[in-house]
Amino acid sequence: MTIAALFPHGISELFQWKGLIANDTIFEINKTVIMAMVSTVICMYIFFVGSRKKALVPTGIQNFAEFGYETIEQQIAVPVIGDHPHGYGKSWAPFLTGTFFFIFFMNIWSTAPFIQFPATARIAIPMLLSLITWVIFIAVGFKHQGPLYIFKACLPPGVPKPLYVLVFPIELVSKFLVRPFSLTVRLFANMVAGHVLIAVFALMSDQLLTSANNAKHVWYQSIIAPLPFLMLIFMTVFELLVAVLQAYIFTTLTAVFIGESASEEH
Amino acid sequence: MISQALLAVTDKGELKDGLSAVGYGLAAIGPGIGIGTLVGQSVQAMARQPEMAGQVRTTMFLGIAFAEALALIGFVVKFI
Repeated sequence: MTIAALFPHGISELFQWKGLIANDTIFEINKTVIMAMVSTVICMYIFFVGSRKKALVPTGIQNFAEFGYETIEQQIAVPVIGDHPHGYGKSWAPFLTGTFFFIFFMNIWSTAPFIQFPATARIAIPMLLSLITWVIFIAVGFKHQGPLYIFKACLPPGVPKPLYVLVFPIELVSKFLVRPFSLTVRLFANMVAGHVLIAVFALMSDQLLTSANNAKHVWYQSIIAPLPFLMLIFMTVFELLVAVLQAYIFTTLTAVFIGESASEEH
Repeated sequence: MISQALLAVTDKGELKDGLSAVGYGLAAIGPGIGIGTLVGQSVQAMARQPEMAGQVRTTMFLGIAFAEALALIGFVVKFI
């Protein structure tokens, strides 16, 4: 029996969940929505509780919140956006921290026991997040570079004048259409691929281990049965890494786009 | 002619699945080479100048993200 035979309705069986409330309407509440809500609540709780007491020597949640905020500020916001007067690296740190932890807590569900499904594996959530980034970097561009921002961004200096006919559409598409698309697809496809890999190895080990009583059982199945299980453990650890890395990359790219819009010498 | 022969022997859906797998394989070649070169050069840079390791690492992850996106688009095309 092949793995594909376990999914008669295709791979979407792994990703589509039945709505618990208001099924088949736009207000449907399903597993993904609940996970996104719980992630939001966790983020809000950590940063609300972490910033309430303001103890001089932070402990517990405050420690975590301060460590997270400082890491994002010192590793992403200030080096990427820049600390010069028009860069405002530090003033973007709260937004970037929120983005990072929201994505991280939605990704990390992919390895949480009994849940095992990243909320970002449904394209709506990465799409919304990258649309927010898109709106923000365009707004920042208009704010810092004046109403001609689109032309300034699409006509890089140092290009011979006749080539602008070619450069303008290319830059327009690559900056304002491909960017949000690739930002969406990067997060979405990484989480989908990870989830599919985990599911495939889990099913493989399940098939090999439980088919011992089967009539079609062959002797070497028991020997190779632990191999996909070891791979499953490895993939789960790898997914933990991917969850952090994708949140980091999404945040860094957001910072890069904002920094590029905010800088004048472009 | 080959495609007609393939259509005769296989189900259309199966053929589409197989082709999308081949497409993903082709889409993964370029980014694979790209990421390999990128990480190799970054490791070299970090070894030569350890004090710049943090900045090199950030740029490396950005480059990986850009190169990886191409492979991932090839992966997502199956679902579209």
